[in-house]
Amino acid sequence: MLSNYIPIVLMMVIAIGFGILMANLSKWLGPKRPNFQKLSTYESGMIPVGTTRERVSVKYYVVGMLFIIFDIELVFLYPWAVTFDKVGAFAIGEMFLFIVLLFIGYIYILKKGALEWD
Amino acid sequence: MVIEALIKIAIVLFVVLTGVSYTVLVERWVCAWVQDRIGPNRVGPLGLFQPLADVLKLLLKEDIEPLMAQKWFHWVAPVISIAVAFSVLAIVPFGHVLMLGNHAIPLTIASGINIGVLYIVALTSLGVYGITLAGWSSGSKYSLLGGLRSSAQMISYELTLGLGLLSVIMLSGSLDLNTIINSQAQGLWNVVRAPLGFLLFFVSSFAETNRQPFDLPEAEPELVGGYHTEYSSMKFALFFLAEYANIITASAVMTVLFFGGWHLPFVDQLGLSSLAMTIIGVLAFALKVIGLLFVFIWVRWTVPRFRYDQLMNLGWKVLLPLGILNIILTAFEKIYLIA
Repeated sequence: MLSNYIPIVLMMVIAIGFGILMANLSKWLGPKRPNFQKLSTYESGMIPVGTTRERVSVKYYVVGMLFIIFDIELVFLYPWAVTFDKVGAFAIGEMFLFIVLLFIGYIYILKKGALEWD
Repeated sequence: MVIEALIKIAIVLFVVLTGVSYTVLVERWVCAWVQDRIGPNRVGPLGLFQPLADVLKLLLKEDIEPLMAQKWFHWVAPVISIAVAFSVLAIVPFGHVLMLGNHAIPLTIASGINIGVLYIVALTSLGVYGITLAGWSSGSKYSLLGGLRSSAQMISYELTLGLGLLSVIMLSGSLDLNTIINSQAQGLWNVVRAPLGFLLFFVSSFAETNRQPFDLPEAEPELVGGYHTEYSSMKFALFFLAEYANIITASAVMTVLFFGGWHLPFVDQLGLSSLAMTIIGVLAFALKVIGLLFVFIWVRWTVPRFRYDQLMNLGWKVLLPLGILNIILTAFEKIYLIA
């Protein structure tokens, strides 16, 4: 029933509204005495060196890609988990096959060193 | 229905906001107690008005937008964090059904949602956007590092969170939170039936809420404040509010999935009236959540922080294989022991 979701939408709207209100409240209530020193970036009291938006270590991208692979696996597992006992031994066998294939992939990324942080 | 929902939302938000303020206070007390100090006791009796004083102070502080910041993203990041943290609560059943005359009110904001678990998983993954955007948009190196660490950490532990959840879904055969509670009320609680799944979920919820021992995104000694270094006033407070709201939500979800929600064993044999049962249910739920909250605080002040490579190794090399093992074990348990 789609009408069951109305409270969720209401909750989201109220939560977002609360966030917007709170994020602006200090702007309206607080003092405004900006100066250059106050607005400059904090870097342990030093004058900031170079720019922030530089290149990011490739490891984070690798983690991102691996996450997508395993998360999709997880998405496949959810509907299976709901019904596997009704389907019986066939469902278990299929899932074993799936998990074994996945595990081979996992061993591969492990051996390739994609999960090494040093 | 809309009015009913609005009343429930108002009550839940009130309880959660009060809960957050007092969780912060209790955390400071517990911290003081662990470190053999007294802790906040000046504002009001026993320091009970401390949260109010904190909120007022934060409200009246200057709102600073750093020159290097991407203004819009800098503003929207705390809003995303808090909106996501609160939205998850829409689905959590905090009691059974309240009978007012002939009118049955289910004690959930949104009842009859048959994909509750999916909703929780989906929204917890949205939470990472707030923190990543905050880190990226601030234009500070500390913030950027905090945001990067946080996004990598949260997506890594989301996998184990999902794998831990799977055992609950397999045991209950449903994604509906009320069905999950009922299946625990008829049998054993899931913490007994799926201890490995609980362990995975428990550890990953610490990482998902950026709590010690996994609070690397905001590790003070190395990153100052992490992703919220460049935030001040109420926007800073919103991140804290979101963090503590997330802890409360995580405790509530854990209670529902693994500790039977509002169910207490043996109480239904006492033959109490339905109103008394409902009240006992809500109280039981609240007690369980408070107990788990205490565990969160207790762990924070006793366990040292992990190093980042240790954190990633734990997530990918220990918890992920354990999660896969957990699926196989739970499948056998369900087929041979329960069914």
